[in-house]
Amino acid sequence: MTQLLEVRDLKTYFPIRKGLLRRTAGQVKAVDGVSFTIAPGETLGLVGESGCGKSTVGRSILRLLPLTAGEVMLNGSRIDHLPPAGLRSMRRELQVIFQDPYSSLSPRLKVGAIIAEPLRNFGVASRDEIRGRVRDLITKVGLRPDAIDRYPHQFSGGQRQRIGIARALALNPKLIVCDEPVSALDVSVQAQVVNLLKDLQAELGLSYLFIAHDMAVVEHVSHRIAVMYLGKIVEIGERRQILAEPLHPYTQALLSAVPVPNPKLQRRRIVLKGDVPSPANPPAGCRFHTRCPYTFDRCRVEEPRLDEVRPGRSAACHLASASGTQLTT
Amino acid sequence: MAIETAAAPIRVTPPMVRRRLWRRHPTILAGAVILAVMVLAALLAPWLGTIDPTQLSPIRRLRPPSETYWFGTDLLGRDVYSRTLYGGRISLFVGFTVATLALAAGLFLGLVTGFIRPVDGILMRIMDGLMAIPAILLAIALVALTQASVQNVIIAITIAEIPRVTRLVRSVVLTLREQPFVEAAYATGTRLPVILVRHILPNTLAPLIVQGTYICAAAIIAESILSFIGAGTPPTVPTWGNIIAEGRSYFQVAPHIIFFPALFLSLTVLGVNLLGDGLRDLLDPRLASRH
Repeated sequence: MTQLLEVRDLKTYFPIRKGLLRRTAGQVKAVDGVSFTIAPGETLGLVGESGCGKSTVGRSILRLLPLTAGEVMLNGSRIDHLPPAGLRSMRRELQVIFQDPYSSLSPRLKVGAIIAEPLRNFGVASRDEIRGRVRDLITKVGLRPDAIDRYPHQFSGGQRQRIGIARALALNPKLIVCDEPVSALDVSVQAQVVNLLKDLQAELGLSYLFIAHDMAVVEHVSHRIAVMYLGKIVEIGERRQILAEPLHPYTQALLSAVPVPNPKLQRRRIVLKGDVPSPANPPAGCRFHTRCPYTFDRCRVEEPRLDEVRPGRSAACHLASASGTQLTT
Repeated sequence: MAIETAAAPIRVTPPMVRRRLWRRHPTILAGAVILAVMVLAALLAPWLGTIDPTQLSPIRRLRPPSETYWFGTDLLGRDVYSRTLYGGRISLFVGFTVATLALAAGLFLGLVTGFIRPVDGILMRIMDGLMAIPAILLAIALVALTQASVQNVIIAITIAEIPRVTRLVRSVVLTLREQPFVEAAYATGTRLPVILVRHILPNTLAPLIVQGTYICAAAIIAESILSFIGAGTPPTVPTWGNIIAEGRSYFQVAPHIIFFPALFLSLTVLGVNLLGDGLRDLLDPRLASRH
């Protein structure tokens, strides 16, 4: 199966500048060697806690940030070092939905103009055609057609996120990076927006890179899940496998934190100790060893590789790759 | 951040909005009225019963205000009323022109420094240097370098005001360029010039308009100061500063020569500042919510 998006060893570092001459004193390794693929029509859920670099992955792929190293292939052609002209045409295939529906819409433009902007940028249609297309998009995301002549501040958070989705859909992209699209919304509205995204995927054959920190939302939308910790993917695989049998201790801890709506169920909650180490100075060996409940000597010196431990299933843990057996908790 | 207007079930008609505006922001009304009177007086000077403001009449020198000479006459027998009205033309013209030019230049420089990092470092150090010198001293130096004329006075005051506008625009642009809606515009393939015009510019206008009124007031005062110390418009041209400067030596025998142009000057600056304060309250949603 050909992949729609292929990311190989992506690295995005931010320089730490110091002093009067702003010399580079160090680097924050926000994303440090991330690889994954997304197939057409597939949703890859990217989860991890705040500051682990999941949003940076999305923004690097979109080239909203300059990437330090690595390859990004869209439809088999590299897009990681495109010149501005090529970058612009790439944007027709690759779109984005932002986290904050309040600040991601220009406050002084009408909704119609916001959704029409990508169409006008690429001159794909005449004025009347654009208006018709905008109307279609607005109804497609479940808003009333009269929204076209209103301003963003006249809408609620959920409605604004629908406007953002309509803008992302305008150019008929193949892949949409959803950067925490529902984490700023009320829980009741989250479900509506997530279901809208799923419906659109079924209708249009879209692929999503779905970035979130809420395991429950990711479980609901994803076909595959990638778990990130401190700039690296620690585990990636089919949703069902990951949920049923998490191999990496960090994934286990994340899953144990998801609430289950059954008061009688007694579960052991894995509570991680300490904080995420600084990405400017990540720990030696396995990055998770400072907080891992199973740390042994090897973890402190040798960094585990993200190896395929089962078909379609990779985990970066010495315990998982050495024996291939699952950890007992 | 959005300006949340209360959902009004009643249809709001334009006259209602206007009435509400005046009640909420009486300073705008007061400032606008004062300024309008001054502008009209200056524009309609030839039709307001004035005589030639440069006509000499040595017999009738230093007359106090009377029916024929409403504001009295100066040491050369010229009508102070006519001279004050005509002087307003220069003052207001300088004020509006400086405000327009300084805003345009500052807007351009602010957009450039906000978006092009290497230029920012160099240009802002120049601006810091300019700001370190008091505006009026800078203007005096610039006029001294050239000939005294209205045009040179305008250029001098404009150069002195540009750094302030540039700083303002730059700070607004720096916050705007990090906003997700600007990133969203990039992500949908919008080119930089279009982003500047469509997404950045409209959001800088509100603070710019307010700043413009302050610059206008400052420029009117600066022009008067320059005229007063003899570094501004040539003494042949009636301006408020020139009239006050000429009347200075006769202050004790004929205070009316200074009083009327000074009154007009003060009222105009007051009007412009009231308008600016009112607009600031109106355009700043955080302050507006207090009303």
